Amino acid sequence: MAAIEVSGLQKAYGRREVLHGLDMTVPAGEVFALLGPNGVGKTTTVEILEGYRKRDAGDVRVLGEDPARAGAAFRARVGIVLQSSAVYPLLTVRELVELFAGYYPAALNPLDVIQLVGLEDKRDARVRTLSGGQLRRLDLALALVGNPELVFLDEPTTGFDPAARRQAWETIRSLRGLGKTILLTTHYIEEAQALADRVAILRDGRIVATGSPRELLAGQGAVEIRFRRNGEVITVETDEPTRVLHELTADALAAGVELEELEVHRRSLEDVYLDVTRSEP
Amino acid sequence: MIRLFIRELRTDQRLFWRSREAAFFTFLLPIILLVLLGSVYGDEDDIEGIRAGTYLLAGLLGYGVVSTAFASLAISLVIRRESGVLKRIRGTPLPTTVYLAALLASTLVIVALEAAAQLAVGRLVLDAGWPTEPGALALALVLGSLSFAALGLALTGAIRSAEGSSAVVNAVYLPATFICGVFFSVDSLPRLLEALAGLLPLTYLLELIRDAFTAGRLEASSEALAVLAGWGALGALLALRTFRWEPREA
Repeated sequence: MAAIEVSGLQKAYGRREVLHGLDMTVPAGEVFALLGPNGVGKTTTVEILEGYRKRDAGDVRVLGEDPARAGAAFRARVGIVLQSSAVYPLLTVRELVELFAGYYPAALNPLDVIQLVGLEDKRDARVRTLSGGQLRRLDLALALVGNPELVFLDEPTTGFDPAARRQAWETIRSLRGLGKTILLTTHYIEEAQALADRVAILRDGRIVATGSPRELLAGQGAVEIRFRRNGEVITVETDEPTRVLHELTADALAAGVELEELEVHRRSLEDVYLDVTRSEP
Repeated sequence: MIRLFIRELRTDQRLFWRSREAAFFTFLLPIILLVLLGSVYGDEDDIEGIRAGTYLLAGLLGYGVVSTAFASLAISLVIRRESGVLKRIRGTPLPTTVYLAALLASTLVIVALEAAAQLAVGRLVLDAGWPTEPGALALALVLGSLSFAALGLALTGAIRSAEGSSAVVNAVYLPATFICGVFFSVDSLPRLLEALAGLLPLTYLLELIRDAFTAGRLEASSEALAVLAGWGALGALLALRTFRWEPREA
């Protein structure tokens, strides 16, 4: 059974339509990334799935329930990292994780979870003394301590330095290893590429492309060959770089010319992303 | 459920006492005011037929209820809401009823400790009397706390930002403490203010508390209980309509 099934989801704030007919399916056990620029509706989508917001139209099933009507039993099965949230600044990390553990019927050991997110050095520190990155890790700990089946991570690494981001990625990968379903939003392409089994690219309140990072790259000319001839940059996109490159270099050798500034590079998810978020639908 | 409630109550207590400002302004200030005003009033004659020290103690017991159950509760809830704490809690399976019940229970604990400290200080420093009807005093404090907590919860719906919360709350309750007679007798108030005071719940809470120090006025008390409870019910109804979990700007 799919962990998340969404069809025809619509949402407007007043007159401003944010989502118009969003469809997506996330099978259990998958890491699914919603990728898109800021303000495109990622957080709105996630908050509808979490049960915070009501939808205007469409069908939504999360763990078999309608989140707009689901109660405590549903919330016990999901873990939530909000894009921006806060917790009691005057409690210590350990007190807070223990408090949240008490909310869930099948909670994990709070100390293990603190260790999992790498906050064991800050266990007895008051929350208000934590850095931004440490607070984000505490958010993650609070989302995980209930041992949820499904974890929502809304921009989990925004504001992290590169080292902290790598560390968070390791934690998220380890969750995947535990069989959790993860819905992740991000505007970092490399984050989606590094973590997600499948990526959906959001634009104008719709999903404009979806698939594994490999699928998104396929059929688009996965390799780009670029060189300069007579002062003009020439770009060739191809799925058969060996053949094309062989022909190009053979021609150049035969003609006795140099392929100036010759470059061969794999197209990245970023190129695909920029293509689909730029072009008209 | 009970364990969950106790854990929440303990957390709310921790949060209150660890917040120095809350602990000072909510808990210590009424006691300090009691001592200061007591030294001003000195051995003044009776006020409204009650010994001055006792009159003042009763007034500041009422002040303690309002500053704890109304002001402090409303301000801390707005801060929790605007900072996103309430939204985060909302995403967990913790039942709303348990969350609010623990918050109210924590408020009652603070009011009880406050009242005990005020009674002791009043006795030692102001030579105030003990309440002749301790049961009636307890009833007044509990009913007053619950009613003012309900009104405080209702008020949070009208406050838009954490920065503005203490300004709004103080603007609502501080004038009331003056015209309802926390600090001095209101016999000399202008007619209009007296009429206004006659509508406000604090007037009736103070009446109930003062009655508990002077036995034999139970008839007046039942009317005061009804008015106070009525305000509480109104507050609860409003709170149900206006209470929100998410920050205003979201």
